[in-house]
Amino acid sequence: MEKFTIKIDNTEVEVSKGTTIYQAAKQIGIDIPVLCYLNLEHLNIESRPGGCRICVVEVEGRRNLAPSCSTECTPGMVVNTHNMRVMNARKTVLELILSDHPKECLTCSSSGQCDLQHLSQVMGIREIHAVENAEMSTYRKDVSPALKRDMDKCIMCRRCETICNDVQTVGALSAVNRGFMSVVAPAFEQDLIDSPCTFCGQCVAVCPTGALTPYDDTAKVLRALADPSKTVIVQTAPAVRAALGEEFGLEPGTLVTGKMVAALRSLGFDKIFDTDFAADLTIMEEGAELLGRISKFLAGDKDVKLPILTSCCPAWVNFFEEYYPCMLDIPSTARSPQQMFGSIAKNYYAELMGVKREDLVVVSVMPCLAKKYECAREEFSTNGNPDVDFSISTRELASLIKSCNINFDLLPDEDFDNPLGESTGAGVIFGVTGGVIEAAVRTAYELFTGKKLDKIDFKELRGLEGIRMASIDFNGTMIHIGIAHQLGNARKLLDGIRSGMYNFHAIEIMACPGGCIGGAGQPLHHGNSKVIKARSEAIYREDSQKTIRKSHENPYIVKLYEEYLGHPMSEKAHHLLHTHYFEKNKK
Amino acid sequence: MSNLKLQECHLKTIDEVCDSYKNDPGDLIKILHKAQTAFGYLPESVQREIAKRLKISVAKVYGVVTFYSFFTMTPKGKHAISVCMGTACYVRGAEKVVDEFKEHLKIKVGGVTEDGKFSLDCLRCVGACGLAPVVLIGEKVYGRVEPSQVKEILDSYTD
Amino acid sequence: MAQYKMHLLVCGGTGCRASQSEQIVENLKSEIKNLGLENDAQVVTTGCFGFCEKGPIVKIIPDNTFYTQVKPEDCAEIVTEHVLKGRKVNRLLYEDPETLKHIEDSKHMGFYQKQLRIALRNCGFIDPENIDEYIARDGYAAIGKIITEMTPEAAIDIMKKSGLRGRGGGGFPTGLKWEIASKNKADQKYVVCNADEGDPGAFMDRSILEGDPHSVIEAMAICGYCIGATKGIVYIRAEYPLAIKRLKVAARQARAYGLLGEKILGTDFDFDIELRYGAGAFVCGEETALIHSMEGHRGEPTVKPPFPAEKGYLGKPTNVNNVETFANVPAIFLKGAEWFASIGTEKSKGTKVFALAGKINNVGLIEVPMGITLREVIFEIGGGIKDGKKFKAVQTGGPSGGCLTEKHLDTPIDFDNLIAAGSMMGSGGMIVMDEDDCMVSVAKFYLEFTVEESCGKCAPCRIGNKRLHEILEKICGGKGVEEDIEYLKNLSRVIKDTSLCGLGQTSPNPVLSTIEHFYDEYLAHVKERICPAGSCKALKLYTIISDKCTGCTACVRACPVDAITGEKRQPHVIDADKCIRCGACYDKCKFTAIHVQ
Repeated sequence: MEKFTIKIDNTEVEVSKGTTIYQAAKQIGIDIPVLCYLNLEHLNIESRPGGCRICVVEVEGRRNLAPSCSTECTPGMVVNTHNMRVMNARKTVLELILSDHPKECLTCSSSGQCDLQHLSQVMGIREIHAVENAEMSTYRKDVSPALKRDMDKCIMCRRCETICNDVQTVGALSAVNRGFMSVVAPAFEQDLIDSPCTFCGQCVAVCPTGALTPYDDTAKVLRALADPSKTVIVQTAPAVRAALGEEFGLEPGTLVTGKMVAALRSLGFDKIFDTDFAADLTIMEEGAELLGRISKFLAGDKDVKLPILTSCCPAWVNFFEEYYPCMLDIPSTARSPQQMFGSIAKNYYAELMGVKREDLVVVSVMPCLAKKYECAREEFSTNGNPDVDFSISTRELASLIKSCNINFDLLPDEDFDNPLGESTGAGVIFGVTGGVIEAAVRTAYELFTGKKLDKIDFKELRGLEGIRMASIDFNGTMIHIGIAHQLGNARKLLDGIRSGMYNFHAIEIMACPGGCIGGAGQPLHHGNSKVIKARSEAIYREDSQKTIRKSHENPYIVKLYEEYLGHPMSEKAHHLLHTHYFEKNKK
Repeated sequence: MSNLKLQECHLKTIDEVCDSYKNDPGDLIKILHKAQTAFGYLPESVQREIAKRLKISVAKVYGVVTFYSFFTMTPKGKHAISVCMGTACYVRGAEKVVDEFKEHLKIKVGGVTEDGKFSLDCLRCVGACGLAPVVLIGEKVYGRVEPSQVKEILDSYTD
Repeated sequence: MAQYKMHLLVCGGTGCRASQSEQIVENLKSEIKNLGLENDAQVVTTGCFGFCEKGPIVKIIPDNTFYTQVKPEDCAEIVTEHVLKGRKVNRLLYEDPETLKHIEDSKHMGFYQKQLRIALRNCGFIDPENIDEYIARDGYAAIGKIITEMTPEAAIDIMKKSGLRGRGGGGFPTGLKWEIASKNKADQKYVVCNADEGDPGAFMDRSILEGDPHSVIEAMAICGYCIGATKGIVYIRAEYPLAIKRLKVAARQARAYGLLGEKILGTDFDFDIELRYGAGAFVCGEETALIHSMEGHRGEPTVKPPFPAEKGYLGKPTNVNNVETFANVPAIFLKGAEWFASIGTEKSKGTKVFALAGKINNVGLIEVPMGITLREVIFEIGGGIKDGKKFKAVQTGGPSGGCLTEKHLDTPIDFDNLIAAGSMMGSGGMIVMDEDDCMVSVAKFYLEFTVEESCGKCAPCRIGNKRLHEILEKICGGKGVEEDIEYLKNLSRVIKDTSLCGLGQTSPNPVLSTIEHFYDEYLAHVKERICPAGSCKALKLYTIISDKCTGCTACVRACPVDAITGEKRQPHVIDADKCIRCGACYDKCKFTAIHVQ
């Protein structure tokens, strides 16, 4: 690789061809501010439209200022990142952006998390020079069951557009209109609910301002907790424990399972349960379904539908319902862990405790925004009473904890309640890409071969590559597995299957980068993909520390089948734990 | 914005337009031009059908339609009035002519009269600067238009 | 053309067609037929003559008689008098505005005397829909010579030596551009002709395509041969139906003659063109935006590098030139690089086409050698300011350019001098303003255009231009303060310095140049609340001269806001706070008793 030297702020730096000024500056400890630029290196996601012009620098010999995020270094280049010309330009441009941005930071749900707010703090903006009554670009607000759009706060960084189209290939959003009235919106500026949006929420995860925010049900949760006639129970998804600590200043990758349980108890939940338990249950059902299909296939049944696709991820379910209506019979019919939990809670557990269904409130804490949409789906409620009443995100749990005066740091480690709080390592790894299929393999292998696994870790199924493939030897029978995270990769995999390019027995898909750990309800990564890597490592650490690491060995799962469900895929299990898919109503 | 409920014949037209460019998304702008020629405007339903055939998102189609001022989602009046707002026409008083039209028709620029008879738009230089200010009504060009002539011009459209 | 004794050339440009030139052609033809002169005289519809002010034009050769503002009913007289009897129809001849004498021969008209036509060499001389007429004027001789006798390198060398610079605005050396594109290796390359002319008040590209489409096609093929491209695309405004039609006809004829398509002129060189339509976005004049538009996307520019010559249309090396640039190319090869380089100034060679418009007597399209002065253009070719008013300023370069004043009148026009004077060549719009034009309003007008046309991708252009426009509106509305002028200057500089593409990098030029040259006028607006040109409505002060007022009450009835009061037959008064400065009272008063300040 060709290398050469350039000079930034009087410091020489050696760079290789293709390095941008921004990257070169970073090498020598100069952090040029950026706003629209997004680079999630570990996930291969980059968006650099060069539109905000905050990162401009002076390049000697160049007529105008250069955007450092997208200008490549050339030999002998001399760059100045903070002289008067640059500082004045940067400040003026930021003032311009602020002049078209509502001044409601005090009440904005992104306050404290907002990149724009942070930048204006760093740059010392104390007033905004503009005409009195300068016109602001205004748009209709849009509230969906999962996220809210307040595009008055949009700064046209276009990250959401890149994520929605290039990364997720959902195509719900596009830049529309022109000039001052340009904005990112669904077709015809209609509501997201009427668009192909999957509610994966990745647009929210990358939004630098408060333009895209989650739909928030924490107020309703507080109201339920305060209602003495209600029994309120909570389930927490595997990925939450690996990220919640970040909201309290802990290093990314710190596991806070015990503190989280203590905090929830402190908030007043009657029982603290674990979605991991439901994940083990999912493996029982999905694993049985997988083995059933494979056995039939091996016996020569030509009509059997293979590969089987996982169905834990609600954004993924929305995606195939929208884009692959002809393949609706391929995914597993198993409900997601959130919904399995809800169903078991409102039937089995309510019965067990002698509580009426409508007096039991099930709250879920999820790393995900699509879960908010999922629990509102009609098929997951009985007589208008949903199996899961409210789904709140990791970030919302953190603000709930803060608002209730709980000092997270000082909390002791506490344990989940039984019977729905016991889980295995297999349940934990549901939170990361490759985890669901690894959990399934651990159980399916033993059930299929009748042998004990001598090695529980399947490293070949792990990693952050967008598409991964592996073949597992089931005692002489090779089981071919495909894994994709991010919907764009899922699309590639699915198109490959449709065209006959791939032959898999099972495929795991998660919509978010890195799996649920990169979900849109998690603490914001602010463009730092190392955070996602650290969370992934935390999940595998939690798994390795568990004594039981295979779902079918979870004693409470065994008991649930013995006492209530019978066996996997039984009629009762079908009724409570499986679902069906719908072709999305095409306009 | 007004939508159009698509009939069989409309779908056939859209098919023909898209087929003539092999449903190639790279030809989206050409396809939109042809579709606008066929329908007079680009209603939501037409954009949805085009997106489907080109296998691109309807958001993208809408994004393109709203970017270019030539494309419109509002049907034009029976007589489409366009006032040139090029510099030459501006300097020679096109703004006053527009104001006059607005007042007589009681519509804004970009609007259509209630009876659908006239629509009013401004456009960029048509290159007839020698005749400035220039007004186009349908295909007919009116040159050196004085505000005082506006009423007379409008009255000449009796149908 | 030779077999006829006389040719009647009728301008078929958009401007003249709007004044019934098609009917004139019909009438001339039928009159000629009636008199049995079909074998002596031929009627030819040509492209634009340039002298749009006096259109429709009918020119008769060989004697160069130039009839102006011809009406369909004049045709019988032209044919019976001129064609049959050889007597000129005096009343239709051009009248020199100074001497008031009729000028019989176009060569003696001030409008044409100083012009030198290279890009427009065939406009107004040939029938653009007849390839034989183009060939008769050495058309397609250049491409023939190049592909049979020259290597691409040698041809590029000629282009470099000629010194031709891009006529679309940037002024980048054309030969160098071709060389870069030729050196980038790829399985497919493209030649793109930018015909998305969008400057308000510029129409040279349209006129060339309407009047001489073959010269552009030939040049694109030459470029294709030089850079190694087999495909050409003309990106043309959909609002130019006539140019589109003529280009299509020309391409069809060229294909039939083996001048486009496979194995051109029997060589191994293949080249063909197709058309893409713009859809009304000024920003698509920027090359990267144009390319995205051709690919079916929103016409938003992207950061350069990579330049189109490296990664252009569909990711392939692409050479983009505008229409006028291409129109020069065949002439350069026919007459030689030295000939071309001998015209113009040191760094700006050849000629430039300008669209003269505004408060000038001779509105039209002109082509002049680089280095000519503004004075020559405005006062000799343009015939001076309309209605004997005083010259105030001229805007060159459209919304990207700036205003030039009296003191620039003797500056030789070329790329570098215009930039040094705070304006730019742009695509060649030239709008002349007189004493009645308020320069703050002019800046506001251009900003209104920019705000409308900004794509919205980058913040300084999207929001900055909007703010500039708001401040200008504030000043014109009589609410400006002195600090606003300083803020305008700073904001303008930052927008220029930080915008993503050429649109934003030049859009504040009208503001900066008017502030520089007409600072007093800005000051008058903000300090004295006066518009010296008397054009800003909000700054007009209407008062009643009591000596002249008869108390007829006509003004009271005319006032839409009841701002005028007074007893019958007594002098009235206007309440300045209520007055909305509509001028209705002024128009109604029969006694000139209303004073406007």
